[in-house]
Amino acid sequence: MLPILVFLPIAAFIAILLGSPARFTAIAASVANLALGIWAAATWQNECWNFSLPVLEKPALNLAFGMPDGMSAVMILLSVIVTLAAVLTTKAPAGSERLHYGSSLLISAGALGAFASTDLFFFYAFHELALIPTFIMIGLFGRGDRREAAWKITIYLGVGSIVLLAGLLWLSSLTGTLDMNKMIAAAGTIDATAQKGIAALLLIGFGTLVSLFPFHSWAAPAYASAPAPVAMLHAGVLKKFGLYGLLRLAIPLLPDGLQAWLTPLLVLLLGNILWVGLVTISQKRLDGMLGNSSVMHMGYIFLAIAALIAMPSNPLAKPAAVLLMFAHGISIALLFGLADRIERSTGSLDFTDLGGLAKSAPSLAFLFGIGAMASIGLPGLANFAGEVLVFLSTFHNYNGTAGLSPLQITCILAIWGVVISAVYMLRAYRRVFHGPSVKATESAADLTITDRIPALLLILSLLAVGLYPNLLLNLLK
Amino acid sequence: MPAYYLEALTITLGLILLMAEAFVPSKSKAWVGVLAALGLAAILGLTTIAIGPEAKPDAAWAKWPLWNFYQFDSLAIFYKSFALVCTLLVVLLSIDYRSILARFTDHPGSENGTGEYYALSVFACVGMMMLASAKDLAGAFVSLELVTVTFYILVAYMRRNIGSLEAGVKYLILGALSTGFLVYGIAWVYGATGTMSLAALPSSIANLQSTTPLLFGIALIMLGLCFKIGAVPMQVWIPDVYQGAPTPTTAFLSVGSKAAGFILTIRFLEPLLANPATSGPTLKLIFILAIATLIFGNLAAIPQTNFKRLLGYSSIAHAGFLLLALATGQAETADAPGAITVVSFYLATYLIMTLGVFFILAQVRIQRDGERIHDFAGLGKSNPLLATALTILLAALAGIPLTAGFIGKFMVFSLAINAGLWWGVAIAAIGAAAGFYYYFNTIKAMWWTEATNTTPVTLPAISKLCVATLTIATLVFGFWPQPILALLR
Repeated sequence: MLPILVFLPIAAFIAILLGSPARFTAIAASVANLALGIWAAATWQNECWNFSLPVLEKPALNLAFGMPDGMSAVMILLSVIVTLAAVLTTKAPAGSERLHYGSSLLISAGALGAFASTDLFFFYAFHELALIPTFIMIGLFGRGDRREAAWKITIYLGVGSIVLLAGLLWLSSLTGTLDMNKMIAAAGTIDATAQKGIAALLLIGFGTLVSLFPFHSWAAPAYASAPAPVAMLHAGVLKKFGLYGLLRLAIPLLPDGLQAWLTPLLVLLLGNILWVGLVTISQKRLDGMLGNSSVMHMGYIFLAIAALIAMPSNPLAKPAAVLLMFAHGISIALLFGLADRIERSTGSLDFTDLGGLAKSAPSLAFLFGIGAMASIGLPGLANFAGEVLVFLSTFHNYNGTAGLSPLQITCILAIWGVVISAVYMLRAYRRVFHGPSVKATESAADLTITDRIPALLLILSLLAVGLYPNLLLNLLK
Repeated sequence: MPAYYLEALTITLGLILLMAEAFVPSKSKAWVGVLAALGLAAILGLTTIAIGPEAKPDAAWAKWPLWNFYQFDSLAIFYKSFALVCTLLVVLLSIDYRSILARFTDHPGSENGTGEYYALSVFACVGMMMLASAKDLAGAFVSLELVTVTFYILVAYMRRNIGSLEAGVKYLILGALSTGFLVYGIAWVYGATGTMSLAALPSSIANLQSTTPLLFGIALIMLGLCFKIGAVPMQVWIPDVYQGAPTPTTAFLSVGSKAAGFILTIRFLEPLLANPATSGPTLKLIFILAIATLIFGNLAAIPQTNFKRLLGYSSIAHAGFLLLALATGQAETADAPGAITVVSFYLATYLIMTLGVFFILAQVRIQRDGERIHDFAGLGKSNPLLATALTILLAALAGIPLTAGFIGKFMVFSLAINAGLWWGVAIAAIGAAAGFYYYFNTIKAMWWTEATNTTPVTLPAISKLCVATLTIATLVFGFWPQPILALLR
């Protein structure tokens, strides 16, 4: 069944190229995929989701899909939810509907393919497939300095992918297979020196894709410039590929290798949370602020990964990371989608041009407020559950007499990030929605009913997981 | 049908074309090209029923001494088909390119003299097919010269164009130099071992007291071969000749001639790798050549502004990847392909991608009268489908996953990692990253740069069909490479 999930968006893309109505086809495919995705998450253990088709004899290569654990199911769920929201948010200028809807579908197919693949080759390949439309869309339809942003993301992610490829191939040459399940079964056969090298390659490769400090500088300009659906899909879904890859491959296969890089990783993730956090506070535009905030929040997920490296038996860290990946993906998609609406109704995202928008567009203000609260980590929304679990996981089995480990010191510093996010989110909210109305916002149009649907879909997911985290945690047991 | 019929038929085809061109009066010479294409396609079909002496040992022809110079195995079939397919596509390309050929040959406006172009391409094809069966250094040398001498003419074909003439002279001088290296090397190998037969080499190597003279000969031959495959240190001719030569010739040089060089290298290396006394130094030499080629090709491609020249550097870069695969010296195992398989596969995908790009380049050259990257600007707006095809082909050359180009690179990287050539992997990774940059530069120009020239490019029917087929093949082989590998059994 998983191939249907992956190839449905591609089929819809081809249909759009051949002339079927773009918006309708894209929405139909995304709704069908949402249903399939929910069904997949509910029954991920079922055999019917596994699929394998040999495409090459030597080296043995299979187009293989499956969900080896609930993490894949959660990521697939995230992809289908954000895809539908992104497609619904799309407002393409006349003449380029095909490109807009088609690229969203391709990005979605790439992400789904990457999360569903159990073969290393296709795991890598599908992710790259999703990057091409991302680059082209930013370069063609981005805001502001779009060419430079597109060029930067192309080069950064291209180089990151090659480093990653070297690491993955090294891994497959040592384990002698491209099948990820067989590979993980062979864990423990890799000697410590090789582990250290592969771990470095994977941390840099996956790290660049997830905008780990200091390989993050592509992210904020790209997201600030990208058309809303592309920003939603990339920041919300595709970026999680790097974290997914670390959790899926690096953690089980390279325990010793990652251990060696634990301290540098802790320093870098603090760079994400504190350094990029401060950069975020200084942003003068809403899109730049959201882009930077999404880089910053990656630090928390890396913190959970660090906890897993430090204590491989930690039962909290992996669910915490996956839960936060889901929550962040939904909330950032919500914020990017609504920021696009703000720009549409006021014509600007510069804080100095905005103010008092809540008066003219109350429902936009309300929905954006929920997104902002989620991003800060307000209880009741999914991000809170994720962040709390991350912080708790670093103190798992804490022994008061032994003092604090570097991991725990990092966690204590990282918690300041919550304050930082509160500062920049609330400041931005005040600048945009409160205060005296200015010319641009006086007559701004509020959200129509159809505009609200994607936002409500995302908020509903945030609330459901926030109020009842077991919805996802049960999948991750 | 005995295998050598294939070459005999191809030669006959070339002669027929030459006669037809000379004696059939007609204004348009396109039909000569069509005839060549049909003939090549028919011969391509015949490769499936060609057999070697092993299949029919009792036949009179199976006992001829020809078979001391000529072998027929699956690799030979693969590279013969390769040469035929490549020539076929080049002929199709030159049919649509004949307006430019005509402008610089005889009187402008008359197509007199463009018909020979097809005949010459077919002769070069015979040389490549012979090389695929090389079994003896003397025979291989003659075949190689058939290819090279034909190319001297093909490069300088537009004799009223100063660029083409300059390219021709450069190619002639450097080609002659490399031939000198090759012959000198063959003489040393013969002097050291007393044989020119590749099959007899391993036994004579085993009896050698000192391998130094032999290794010297091998080094000289490798230098000569580097000229053909476009590898450092014999790469200097590539950018200028690629830029100056008529576009179909450039395509032929970068694919056909390179593949011919590689099959000869493979044939030449096979006996040398069988013996540890020669395999170690030879592989080390190839490894050094591979590293130098990868660095030069990829880094020098970065600042290029002329697209044809860029393709020249890219062809050097791809030669580097291919040499790296050869340098691993990995034999075929039960669950991993060997170096020869990988090289052959890589070349097949390289043919598909590169010729596709050349088809588009030729039309841009004709209709926008320029070959700079800048001349591709705005193609995304004026011809979205064509731009998409070129994007796919260039992305494949850069090695983006789910295209045929990625599987080739993937296999080369796997081989190098299995063989523990860490420096090679590192340099190749840097090279691939540089590749992203320079191929995407053109993609960027097509989609993002504001165009000064917004004339839509219209593809003639043949080019359209070829570009579509090659682009789809690039995508299909990107996730289903088995058909190409099945040909290598």
